[in-house]
Amino acid sequence: MSSNEVLSELTSQEYRHGFVTDVESEVFRPGLDEEIVAAISAKKKEPQWLLDWRLKAYRHWLKMTEPKWAKVSYPPIDYQAIRYYAAPKSAKDGPQSLADVDPELLRTYEKLGVPLEERAILAGVAVDAVFDSVSVATTFRESLAKVGVIFCSFSEAVHQHPDLVKKYLGSVVPYTDNFFATLNSAVFSDGSFCFVPKGVRCPMELSTYFRINQADTGQFERTLIVAEEGASVSYLEGCTAPKRDTNQLHAAVVELVALDDAKIKYSTVQNWYPGDKDGKGGIYNFVTKRGKCAGKRSKISWTQVETGSSITWKYPSCILLGDDSVGEFYSVALANNYQQADTGTKMIHIGKNTRSTIVSKGISAGHGQNTYRGGVSIAKSAIGARNYSQCDSLLIGDQCGAHTFPYLDVKTSTAQIEHEASTSKIGEDQLFYCRQRGLTNEDAVSLIVNGFARRVIRELPMEFAVEATKLLGVSLEGSVG
Amino acid sequence: MNVTTTILEIRGLKARIAEDGTEILKGVDLTVNAGEVHAIMGPNGSGKSTLAHVLSGREGYEVTDGTVLYKGKDLLSMPPEERAREGVFLSFQYPVEIPGVANTYFLRMALNAVRKHRGLPEVDAMDFLALVEEKAALVEMEDALLSRNVNEGFSGGEKKRNEIFQMAVLDPTLAILDETDSGLDIDALRVVASGVNSLRSADRAMLLITHYQRLLNYITPDVIHVLSDGRIVRTGDKSLALLLEEKGYGWLEAEAPVGAGKAS
Ligand SMILES: Nc1ncnc2c1ncn2[C@@H]1O[C@H](COP(=O)(O)OP(=O)(O)OP(=O)(O)O)[C@@H](O)[C@H]1O
Ligand SMILES: [Mg+2]
Repeated sequence: MSSNEVLSELTSQEYRHGFVTDVESEVFRPGLDEEIVAAISAKKKEPQWLLDWRLKAYRHWLKMTEPKWAKVSYPPIDYQAIRYYAAPKSAKDGPQSLADVDPELLRTYEKLGVPLEERAILAGVAVDAVFDSVSVATTFRESLAKVGVIFCSFSEAVHQHPDLVKKYLGSVVPYTDNFFATLNSAVFSDGSFCFVPKGVRCPMELSTYFRINQADTGQFERTLIVAEEGASVSYLEGCTAPKRDTNQLHAAVVELVALDDAKIKYSTVQNWYPGDKDGKGGIYNFVTKRGKCAGKRSKISWTQVETGSSITWKYPSCILLGDDSVGEFYSVALANNYQQADTGTKMIHIGKNTRSTIVSKGISAGHGQNTYRGGVSIAKSAIGARNYSQCDSLLIGDQCGAHTFPYLDVKTSTAQIEHEASTSKIGEDQLFYCRQRGLTNEDAVSLIVNGFARRVIRELPMEFAVEATKLLGVSLEGSVG
Repeated sequence: MNVTTTILEIRGLKARIAEDGTEILKGVDLTVNAGEVHAIMGPNGSGKSTLAHVLSGREGYEVTDGTVLYKGKDLLSMPPEERAREGVFLSFQYPVEIPGVANTYFLRMALNAVRKHRGLPEVDAMDFLALVEEKAALVEMEDALLSRNVNEGFSGGEKKRNEIFQMAVLDPTLAILDETDSGLDIDALRVVASGVNSLRSADRAMLLITHYQRLLNYITPDVIHVLSDGRIVRTGDKSLALLLEEKGYGWLEAEAPVGAGKAS
């Protein structure tokens, strides 16, 4: 045993004895220490190996510092003030009917065309759906099981498919990866697990609605999707959160693994609470998403529409390991009022003839700050690799900002790289043209913005595309005139 | 005898650039009745486009005096989209590009906005298609242009054609055509003109801003006005255009302005 392992064993034993947190409580005390990590694990009746993994992550995290390179600013986060576990509120505590829900929130849902029943769910009305840190209601599970697709909450997977979880957890985003991913590894509460076996095309789009419900609760989901040889799956992630005056931390990790000839399409429409007009409240969204194209000819495609959160720090990336594998990143990020978005991707070409496409559309309005940060690295081994990047920024008004930081690291002369960038402003002439044809100012903005984002929106599955289109309009209301 | 309906009645209209206060329109009087086509000519910078912008409600101008009645209503108090829905259409001197937005999608939104205002339901997809085909044929607009993004990458002539096509679909009561003829080759000019002619109707009024007699060979206006330095200095019939073609505008400035009252 190495001295480190001895040390770790000793410390973990020590805390086991010192275990006092009441795991029956619905909400843990604020703060983070080994006891809390262990209590989360105990709450979920996790096996020892997972607890050990969490603790390794926690101890590693203690040695890390929050990254400061992103172009975002916010007051220091007090990690000891956060509660790291909250079971969903019991039905009694939540709003009892739509009448009890903040009317402004309801108006937003209405504009988005969210069906009535769903509005109740989204607004946290006591219905039989489970949110917060505990598993998300998963639909169509049985018909999926027939073709061998496993789609369940992460906690369930830990119990029912421990070998799969053990094999792939941390295989793309190791627990040492970065400050927020490491924190997530220590305290993640739940999330989704999806496994598509060899040769199976998942017969339906898999979707999950995440939301943050409990005040002062950090949300740390962990999602793991594995597509075996020749398998394919499309996964949709929608996020929303009710309005709160305080900032909430959200630090999720998503890992994707695609084996030979497998395809994973991961689509996100992120609409966490962005804070109010003066920048008060809103979600701090620090998310690590990464996919590994482990197999030959595999393909991972990220599509994201980011309209929410007061801070977005997110770089869905692809490791293109298998020869002829393909990585894609399509993104629309919107920053209005005092929102700050620092988002982009990393395409890491290792295999031969690997290809990647990056299309980023940043929209800034109000005092919003929008940064595209993208890295393309092409290893020596990636003979014949190709990348195409397009980064466009659209400015609405003159108080906002758009920034582009493309990083390029090419180690082989056989690579082909193409980069296009543009910055434009919604012009008074465009708005007037639309209004002269009978459109309101708001419809005009929404139309112009959606035109700008179309290349990305059309990558989304149909229903999501409709929602995203409306969301872009709603998120920009009042930004002009 | 039919009763004449006045579509547009401009009285003593004065307007300046909001930013620097420069007065551009210095007292314009103009009455246009249903069924009439009026041409407005005049030297560069005389205020023709400004008049079109003020009538359609573009920001950046301040009306300092005068009134504009449109179908008897106070036009100047309406926001631009309401004017449009009430049937005021401006064919832009410089049509604007809207990247990523399909031409027909845009037009359908516009049409539905107008229809909603009139208490009509949204246009049915098949009906819309039929309407688009009919009106596109009118200006010989290619199908490819219909599905492309609004004016994006259109040639100058294609943009102008697109304006007339939109006008045909939206069926306005008052159409203001700001130099729709400039930038058109001779064939396109003929096509656009015949499109405009076919849209002439007893209940529509048109204001045709142009520099060239050329257009007026194809579209015969009922009245021609000359705008100079923010005023209408001369009003006449189509022979006035020929005179202008021959003599330019200089002689008008030398003579006492007609109808404007004061010499500058
Ligand atoms: N937004 C503006 N800011 C400053 N000056 C303006 C603005 N709009 C118009 N002008 C000025 O007002 C005057 C009238 O312009 P306008 O475009 O109405 O002329 P026009 O008669 O349409 O000319 P043309 O025949 O060249 O199209 C010009 O001197 C022009 O420079
Ligand atoms: Mg002009």
